[in-house]
Amino acid sequence: MTSPLEQKKIKIAGPSVVTANRTWDGIVVYRTAAKGWSPDLSEAAIVRNSDEAKALLAEAVADDVGAVGAYIAPVQIGEDGRIEPGNLREQIRSTGVTIGQPAQV
Amino acid sequence: MYAYDEIDRTLVNERVSEFRDQVKRRLSGELTEDEFKMLRLQNGVYLQLHAYMFRVAIPYGTLASRQLRQLAHVARKYDRGYGHFTTRQNIQFNWIKLAELPDALADLAEVGIHAMQTSGNNMRNVTSDQWAGVAPGEIEDPRIWSELIRQHTTLHPEFSFLPRKFKIAITASDHDRAAIKIHDIGLRLIKNEKGETGFEVLVGGGLGRTPFIAKTIKHFVHGRDILSYIEAILRVYNQYGRRDNIYKARIKILVHELGIEKFSREVEEEWQHIRNSSLQIDDEVIEDIRARFSYPAYEKLPHMPDELRQAAADPDFEAWRKNSVAPHKVQGYSIVTISLKPVGGPPGDATAEQMDALADLADKYSFGEIRVGHEQNLALPHVAKRDLPALWKALDRLGLATPNVNLITDIIACPGLDYCSLANARSIPIAQELTRRFANHELANLIGRLHINISGCINACGHHHVGHIGILGVEKNGEEVYQITIGGRADENAALGNLIGPGVKFDEVADVVEDIVEAYLALRERPEELFMDTVKRLGVEPFKERVYATR
Repeated sequence: MTSPLEQKKIKIAGPSVVTANRTWDGIVVYRTAAKGWSPDLSEAAIVRNSDEAKALLAEAVADDVGAVGAYIAPVQIGEDGRIEPGNLREQIRSTGVTIGQPAQV
Repeated sequence: MYAYDEIDRTLVNERVSEFRDQVKRRLSGELTEDEFKMLRLQNGVYLQLHAYMFRVAIPYGTLASRQLRQLAHVARKYDRGYGHFTTRQNIQFNWIKLAELPDALADLAEVGIHAMQTSGNNMRNVTSDQWAGVAPGEIEDPRIWSELIRQHTTLHPEFSFLPRKFKIAITASDHDRAAIKIHDIGLRLIKNEKGETGFEVLVGGGLGRTPFIAKTIKHFVHGRDILSYIEAILRVYNQYGRRDNIYKARIKILVHELGIEKFSREVEEEWQHIRNSSLQIDDEVIEDIRARFSYPAYEKLPHMPDELRQAAADPDFEAWRKNSVAPHKVQGYSIVTISLKPVGGPPGDATAEQMDALADLADKYSFGEIRVGHEQNLALPHVAKRDLPALWKALDRLGLATPNVNLITDIIACPGLDYCSLANARSIPIAQELTRRFANHELANLIGRLHINISGCINACGHHHVGHIGILGVEKNGEEVYQITIGGRADENAALGNLIGPGVKFDEVADVVEDIVEAYLALRERPEELFMDTVKRLGVEPFKERVYATR
């Protein structure tokens, strides 16, 4: 697997976070400013330029035991400061499937 | 049912122990994800959007009731209470924790189930007709040969690092229910003029971003030579397959680029080196495998029992029977397809409770046996006709008697963007909306046989290329857009569908399908003319005009 850090340039178009899946159980997690992982998007560290993104990603990738498949994902920041996923894929990762799960129906 | 021998049991148990150690080393940090990824993939473990996904093989689609109960147990104990039956006779669990996977594998191993080679660049689960062994007119049970190939290819070092994944499907009936023409190798079991068993061998089929229908490479390969012939194909593929480009690595690309004649010559040359080797199969080997399949002790039963005659007065029972019940090779018995496509439900999903209850019904009515088909439905293969009314009532109570098998709401769909890390667009909500639109059984029956296949990306796990109506979700400027094809089919006359025009938005897909169906109903010459026949007769244009006239 090519490390995301091997990408020559990391471009971001707006506020972003680093997300991954927690190693032991696979759930969606976000890199926090405290150099940890949280399943709560509101606790994610926000990066706003390429250098910040690259640094946060490097730190996240180094924690291979904590989480896997780290990458930069876009977010939107609401007027109240609330962090929202920046696209449908991230929305689904953040809030779950858009369908009822059979066992719950 | 096939009874595994000591070698199989040891192999499966050893694999569980190995994987337990690998997971332990991964969680301790001794193995990095880069080092671990191939090991987990060799055990059917993917990393998807929300969690790890665990794919379990159901070889040639045959399950014993105790195995289905154990799948229910895994769903309940380690997952979220349900599983998803795939288009290749596997079941997937969507929410498994890596730390608990060795325990789940160990529980499955207790009943002879494993996840070996359900992912990775190796020989995948060998699939077959879900009606194998019971279909009238079948030449012989294709699962015997599926099992032979399974044994030969499992953990075979030469096939463990292929350029790309490799899939084989086998059918032994004129009507192909195993979709052999969209497989890397498709085998059609036939007899030669001497009455000897052999195979028509097809190669280079597959869907994905570059779809091809398989071509016949040899019209007859004797059964005793089938392993050496398959091995010859794989050797040529191993040698020339494109390892430099993942998008060109499947055998279909090699067959296409070399041409079937040249590819065939290469295989023939290789085959001559290995044909008369230990790969030649003795009759004893086949008979030994055959003997390990147990077949029910069928009773002598009437063709039309009183119970069935009386139940025929109930229109709901009749609606279900007409679509779900197929003839059996033994008089007095039927094959019952169980739709996993309820109105508004995700195609192919079954809850742990449904699996447990189905296992009980299989014990009561089908000699403890269940089958899994590539259409993402299940089947009970040995149901006495007298038991059909009672079975129907029991299935209805479980929400498993939707009378839509082979109708427009019997949709094949991949997990799509709701689960899959590769997907660009959602599949399941499209399927759910379509099942609501066409929930009226009289309407669905009026439309007749019509298969809708939906994929959430170009990898085509929902087989959209071969849907009578195919729906492919893509992403365009941050939005889900769906391309619609018509005219595909996955049977013995397999064909790829043709695009009808520009893609449409998520909210428009069901409207477009309604337009296509309305066009068909208006255009067909008589009620018996199926959708596919109308498309074949008239082509894409009239459907295109109807769909885009107001868009």
